[in-house]
Formats: sequence, C-alpha cells, structure tokens
Amino acid sequence: MKKMKRILALVLALAMILALGACGSKTEETKPADDQSGAADATEITLWTYPIGGWGDENKVKELTDAFTAETGIKVTVEYLAYADGDDKVNSAITANKAPDLIMEGPERLVANWGAKGYMVDLSDMLDDTDKSEIYESVLTACTNAEGAVYEYPLVMTAHCMAVNLDAFKAAGADQYLDLDTHTWTTDDFINAVAALYAYYGDTVGAVYCGGQGGDQGTRALINNMYGGTFTNTEHTAYTWDDPENIQALEQLKSMDGIAFDASLAGGDEIAKFYQGVLKMAFCWNIAQQLNPNSADTGSGLTISGEEIAFMSFPSQTGESQLCGGIWGFGIFDNGDDAKIDAAKQFIKYMCDSENTAAAVKTANYFAVRDTAEGADLSGIWADNEIMNEYTKLMPYLGDYYQVTAGWAQARTSWWNMLQDIGEGADVTETVQTFMAEANAAAQG
Amino acid sequence: MAKESKTPMSRALVRRETISGYLFMLPSLIFFLGFVIIPMVICIINSLTDANMNTAGLGNFVGLANFKKLWGDKTFREALWNTFLIVIVSVPTVCAFSLWVSSAIYKLNSKVLSVFRCIFYLPVVTGSVAVTVVWKWMYDNYTGILNAVMKGAGLIDSNINWLGDPKYAIWCIILILFTTSVGQPIVLYVSALGNVDQSLVEAAQVDGATDFQVFWKIKWPQMMPTTLYILVITTINSFQCFALIQLLTQGGSGTNTVMYYIYYTAFKLTEQSGHFGYANAMGVVLAIFIGLLSALQFKLAKEK
Amino acid sequence: MKETTNGRSKAYKVFSIVLLVILALLFLFPLYWIVTGAFKTGQDIYSTTPVWWPSEWTMANFTKLFSRRSAPLFEIVGLVGPTVPGAIRWLVNTVFMSVMAMLLTCLTASMAGYALAKKRFLGRGLIFSLIVCAMALPKQVILIPLLKEMSALHLYDTLWAVIFPTVGWPFGVFLMKQFSEGIPGEILEAARVDGASEWRTFSTIVLPMVKPGIGALAIFTFINSWNDYFMQLVMLASNTKYTISLGIATMQAETSVDTGLLMAGATLAAVPIIIVFLIFQKYFTQGITMGAVKG
Repeated sequence: MKKMKRILALVLALAMILALGACGSKTEETKPADDQSGAADATEITLWTYPIGGWGDENKVKELTDAFTAETGIKVTVEYLAYADGDDKVNSAITANKAPDLIMEGPERLVANWGAKGYMVDLSDMLDDTDKSEIYESVLTACTNAEGAVYEYPLVMTAHCMAVNLDAFKAAGADQYLDLDTHTWTTDDFINAVAALYAYYGDTVGAVYCGGQGGDQGTRALINNMYGGTFTNTEHTAYTWDDPENIQALEQLKSMDGIAFDASLAGGDEIAKFYQGVLKMAFCWNIAQQLNPNSADTGSGLTISGEEIAFMSFPSQTGESQLCGGIWGFGIFDNGDDAKIDAAKQFIKYMCDSENTAAAVKTANYFAVRDTAEGADLSGIWADNEIMNEYTKLMPYLGDYYQVTAGWAQARTSWWNMLQDIGEGADVTETVQTFMAEANAAAQG
Repeated sequence: MAKESKTPMSRALVRRETISGYLFMLPSLIFFLGFVIIPMVICIINSLTDANMNTAGLGNFVGLANFKKLWGDKTFREALWNTFLIVIVSVPTVCAFSLWVSSAIYKLNSKVLSVFRCIFYLPVVTGSVAVTVVWKWMYDNYTGILNAVMKGAGLIDSNINWLGDPKYAIWCIILILFTTSVGQPIVLYVSALGNVDQSLVEAAQVDGATDFQVFWKIKWPQMMPTTLYILVITTINSFQCFALIQLLTQGGSGTNTVMYYIYYTAFKLTEQSGHFGYANAMGVVLAIFIGLLSALQFKLAKEK
Repeated sequence: MKETTNGRSKAYKVFSIVLLVILALLFLFPLYWIVTGAFKTGQDIYSTTPVWWPSEWTMANFTKLFSRRSAPLFEIVGLVGPTVPGAIRWLVNTVFMSVMAMLLTCLTASMAGYALAKKRFLGRGLIFSLIVCAMALPKQVILIPLLKEMSALHLYDTLWAVIFPTVGWPFGVFLMKQFSEGIPGEILEAARVDGASEWRTFSTIVLPMVKPGIGALAIFTFINSWNDYFMQLVMLASNTKYTISLGIATMQAETSVDTGLLMAGATLAAVPIIIVFLIFQKYFTQGITMGAVKG
C-alpha cells in the first residue's frame, strides 16, 4: 500500500509539471513572436503543406523558411499534411475556425474547393502584367476561377506519369515494347508487355490500386489514355468518364492476367510495392519520385534491390498521351487578420516571385511555372540535372487540367469506390454509370 | 433505496441532501453535460437541417429529409449492417473465448497464470494504432506474413487479398478487434472463477455431478455479474473500431461502418450540400441503435 | 467409468494447454513483429519472403524517426524546453493527456458516483438514465458539434480538446456509483450525527472505501485515453500537439509507405506502456477485477 501511495504521489507530481507545460504552451501561442527589434510588423504565420516533392521534407523546407524569417522577421510554423487525410484535417480546421494562414497545394483544392466556398483570399492584386506574361497561361487559368479571382499563386508544375521496372521488363523480354528514347508507348505495347511479364512471372505485375483516393491521378490517366477517353467535359462542368473508350479500357484491364484491381492498396502502397520489386510497374509516379531515394534509402531511380526504374508516359493508341498535370502553389485562407494576410503575401512573393524562387522550385523537384521571376532566369535551373532534362520530354504531353471541376472531392471518392466494385466483378458499364451519376450530382451542387 | 425512502425526512434534510448532492455532481456534470449531452442535443437539432461546412449558424430546417435520404443511401445501409455485424459477432465470441481461456488457466500455478494473463492482455496496452499498422503489414496481399505462412503450410494456393477482398476484409478487422478485446475479460473471468464458492462445488461433486454440470449449475450463475460487466465493456469496445477502418481500408472493401461514414461525410464529402446535417442524422440513428442495445443489456441485467 | 472420464479429462487438459500455448504465441506475434521490424534493415523489411529474424540489427529506422519534425520537449509559460525529436514530444503529450484524463475522471467520477448512490435529490433518476444511455455512445456521433464547441472555447488544437470529452464520458460515474452503493448507510449517518461536513465525510470515509474502484477506473481511463485515436485525429492539428498514435498514423498516410519507420514508431508507442504494465501488472489485474466485482 505504501508503495502504491508513493507511486501515486510521483504520478501526481509528474502530472502537475506536465499540466504547467500544457497551460504554458497555450499562453505561448498568443504571445507575439520574438522581440525582433525594429520589425514592428513582425508576425507569425502558419503554413500547411502537402507532400509536394521536397516541400514535404522538413529539413529542406526549414532552410527556405529560415531564410525567409531572417529577411522579413516573419516566423513561419509549418505543418506537414499527407494526401490520405490532409483534406480531412484542413476541413476540420476550417470548421473549427482555425484554418492555417498559408496552404500549399493545387487548384483542385485551392480554387475549386476552398476558393469556391469563399475561404480563400483573392491574390489577383499580387499579379502585375509582367507576372501575368511570365506565368504560363494554362497554369494561370487553372489558378483563376470563373470570376477572375486568383486563389492560388502557382510555383511549380509537373506531369504525372508511370514507371516500369526496367530490369524486370528486360528479364521478361518486355522491354522491346518500351521506347526509352521518347518514353512513350502504345496501348498494344502495354498489353503485350503485361502479357510477357505475366508469362514470365506468373503473378500480378501491375495494380489498379483502389484502396482509397490517394494517388488516383494514376489510375485515371491510365484508364483515360488507353483508348482516348475523357474524365470531364472541356468546360469542366460535368464528368464524362462513362464514355465507351473508358469502358473499353476498364474491360480490357479487367481481362488482363497480370493486372489486378487491388482494394488493399492506395497510391502510396503501390509505390512501396513497386520499390519492393513485387509490382513491375507503378501508375502513381512523377519526377519527384524518380529523383527521391526509395523507401529503404538504397538510392534514387532504383528499386530496393537495385533494379533500374524508368519513367514512361501512359500508354495510348497513338503513344501521344494526355498526361495529368500537377500545378502547385500557395493560397491564403481568409482568417480576417490583415496583418497575417500581408505576411502571407510577403511569403508568397518571396517564394514564387523573387530571386529565391529558383531555390523554392528546386526544393519541390518539379518544374517552374514561369521562365523568369523578377528578372531571375528560371528556365535553366535544371540544366545540370540529366534526369530532369530527360523528363522535359514528357512535358509537352501535359493534358487538360480538369481537376477544377465542381464536385471534385465526390468524384474522387466515387472513382475509387467504382474501381473496387469493378474489381469485385460488378458489371462495368452499369457500375461506371452509377458512380459517375454520384459525381455529377455533386458537380451540380 | 426503497427501504430508506419510507423513513420520513425533514424538509431541511431533503434540501440539504439535494444541495450537497448537486454539489458533488457538479464537477462531473460540467464535463458530462458540456461535452456529451449538449453536443448530442446540437447533433439532434442539426440533423434536421441542411447545415454544411459553410453554414455559420444551424442551417435551414428541413424536417426529416436527412433521415429519408439515409433510408435510401446504400452506403449507409451497408455501414449500419457492418456496425451491427461487428457487435453481434465480436461480443459473444470475445465472451466465449475469454471464458474458455480463463477456465483453462485459472487453476494453473500462479506464475504461469500471470504469464498467460499478461500475454492475452498485451494487445490491449500496445495501442490501437500500433496494432493496426503491424496487422496491415501482416495482412499484406503480396508479401505479408499471413499469406506466406498459409501458402507454406499448403492451406491456400495463391495469395489472398485479405484487406482488399470484401469476402475477408470485415472478418480481418473483426479478428484484430478480437485480439484487442479479450484481455480484460480474461482477467475478469479468472478472478471470478477463483471466487466461486468452493463448498458448493464440492457438495455438487459429492452428489456425483460432472465437471460440465458443476460449471453450468454452480459456477456460471455465480459469475453472472461478471459476464454482464464483460458484455457492457465489450460492446463499448466494439464501437471503438474507427482506427482500424480508417487506417486499413478507409471504409472500402465492404468494411464501412457508421462511425467511419460520419467522419467521411463530415470532412471528405464537403461538396455535398447539407453534409453536416446529413452526418449528424447518421449520428442520431447510431445513437438510437446504441441506446436500444444498452437498454436491452440493462434489462437483461435487471432480470438476473 | 471413473477412469475413462479421468483419462479423457487428462487428455483434454493436455490438449487445452497445448492450444493455449499456441494461442499465446499468436497473441505475442504482432508485438514480436513490431519490435523486430523496427530493427530490420530495408532489405529485410521489403524482402518478398518474410524475414523471421533480422539478418542484421540496425538503428536506421529509429535514426530516421528521430530526425523528423523536431519540437521543444515542453513549453511552460515562455519557458521552452530543449529541442527534441517530434516523436519524443508526442510521447510527452500522450503521457500528459492520459494522466490528466485519468486524474480528472477519477476525481469527478468518485464524487458523482457517491452522490448518485447515497444522496437522494431531485433529478437523480434522470441523470442516471442519461448516464446509462450515453455510456456506449461512440464519439463519432457528436463529432461535428464537439468540434465547433472546442473551437468556440478556443480549445481546438490543444490537448484539452481530447481530455475533456474523455472526462465527460460517463462510464466512470457509472462504475463509481456501483462501488459507492456498498458503503453502509449507518457509517455516513454516524458521521453526520458527529457533525462532520459533507466534504469531510466524503474525503475521510467515502474515498478510502471506494479506493479499489478508483484504481480500476484509473487504469481503465488511462488505457482508453492512451489508445484513443479518433478525438486526437479530429482535434489536434499541429505537430507539437500530436500524440504518438497520431504521429504514427500520419506516417502511415505518407506518399510512399515506409514500413520500417512505422514499426520504429509503433515500438516507441507500445514499449513504454508495456513496461509500465508489466511493472504494475499486479495493480492492473487487481484494479480491473475490482471493477467487475461491484460492476
């Protein structure tokens, strides 16, 4: 009993100390940043970033934000979101009136979702005519809503692609179907390659992953491109993925030995399985994946056992595919605090339109959305990087940025649920129509 | 209680009792009303509106429209069925399993007994997220240890996609829930079995009762209060499967539950008009469902 | 006749012990897999055939875990602790959260349980019915109103937003009521006749008598709060407020899933509480048992 008492006392004391700690951290928040003498407008802002290449890596981002703080006195607290549950986190923060000041993501969220709901600050006053001429037109269009409000200041872009395990392809004699010079292939090449791989390995070689919405741009691009289907109409007002081309692609994939509709994998799991050498191709890929070391840190552009990874465009009938693009940049949540909005704008200016832009772009491992920023030339920043140079070959295939269609979140949910049902053997046409109707209902609001 | 109320109390005493009663209740009531009852009331009110994330106030009153919509929502019906399935499967199996384990170990030497007890209790203290991530790895479709072992043993010919196949996924989740639920019931049953009145057992044995008869006629009735307590905590536990669903299947592969669907509707399907009202309506239906279940359990408890 | 039953029951005994040992090993396996996984090299972890025992023990996963998301160890009114890996801060947060939830629950529930069992006041029946009905209620039901409430109270993204709803959960009051009912009315009556104040009666007579119940409740709340994940997921947004469960869950959601890192995180989450459990095992089992004898 005595022992018990002593333990209890200890626990109590510990709790008291910790209680102080928590109270402390609460009051600490309201306290102004550091007493940076001279910086009267010094303030603290929060930035939430999705894992956009190196912008998901704390050490790399810290370098950038530290430099920004040193120059402006504005302290930046960064939180790192994941694609699997990042949206939920932002949405619950918005519900709790605690949205971050700055957010880094693409137009599908900043413009079509949070912007459309009125949570974002219009950034069009940050763009003068020079900026407008410097930023690629298609990018700027994606970041602007129908009324002309700009909810995202773009920083980087890329085209999403797929990847193949080159050594496995060679072993199975499937490398003959790859054009490694142009990084393109046709649908027939793809079908033949999968058949050759399956004949050699006798197991699943590629997965139409549908265990969640993570990485779904890969499955969309695969299915849309095989026979030239579309995901939305060109006006971005309705979903059109029930067209016969997509249905044909789904039927085709369903019938292929070696391709599995796998509901236990989401995009991240698929990449892990690809690195592991289990899957011989990955549909969730882009240049940042190509440049980053694999999950066992045994090098970049290699699987864990050291097999070579080659990036490829998605197969299509002509070989000239419409690749799904990614455009990433910053948006500002309107939290009603002008000082913070100002500070956030300074941050955006610093990262996206100054001599520091090159560093910000390089951190992301993607391409800049403009050729020059405040006189600094951005076109040559990847000149010394062989892989990046090679990857530019895919950039012309960048397709329509349809992710800004209304009802996007519902569409993504419907998409992976649809794939699951098809994988389980449901009738393709009927299933596609049911789920697309769901998405279109959301698109109409 | 009934006996006490017969003795007359002076008014002053009644007042004193009431005041002090509420004073003692106060700290607890603040938390209970503030963080359970008031949100529940708001939830009910909100379920009758078309509130969504943008709505500042309560939203427009729409009557029972959300409930009508729920009735026609295939996903919700599936989620409700799964919720029910999890409870109806896991509660009896946890009780039966822990009763069997306890009766097998309670007579063992105390060191061995405590080793067994510890082992079965470990998954409880390991923490649900840690348990979930390791099971996800073990269930892996391509290189998971479960498939490897079963293939090695010749039980299966090709890999089973445990978490990706609706035939298995929900059972895989129930299995994990099971391993994290039996710890406490085993501890409870071991002690209940140890507390059984030995003189009754011996008397029955003298009369020639078999072990089986001794168990059902003598021991089981004496353990009834323990069993009821176990029923209650296991039911509560079964509703705590959110982490498993979110981290393993995100509600796919036929594993959606109402608990997960509420979260999903609230924070993922934010474009659906009135999604907050809709999520709250699900909450109300779930609350009614659970209320009935609790009432049933307490009725059972009273009867015994 | 007698012998055959004996023989059969002996066979059954052997059979059941063998089965138990197998089951025990199966129950231990996930833990074994977590801990060995945490020390495996990438090659072992991602090997296409399971590696039962690490071919080489490595700290690489822990190094990676500890090089992420640095945060101060604690923050006390302007006093900021030394910078430590985020995972350590998460552990500190988890301990704080669980201990606070435990203390607050024990205090409020023992008072309320006593009142419900021994005081006769208006509305007692109603309160008790509410408690019984709300006991099994999952928190998802009140998710949205609770989130808005926490925001209004400026508690969103603080650990209190997780602690308070745990304290409000009425299971504790129910448990303590069952315990308090065992206190003989005569003792309370005697205290009243002696002129002891209500609080004195409670603290000197009631509390010592329901101590075992408090023990049971303390353990129950601590473990529940340590294991809870949902409230943390919804209520906590910044890395410095994360708990260890939430920390691991975010790693699982990352772009390319790193199993070794996950296992290192899971080890960090599981091992401290398992050690606490093994040390206090006796109290744990006593506490749990106490709950049922009265419950």
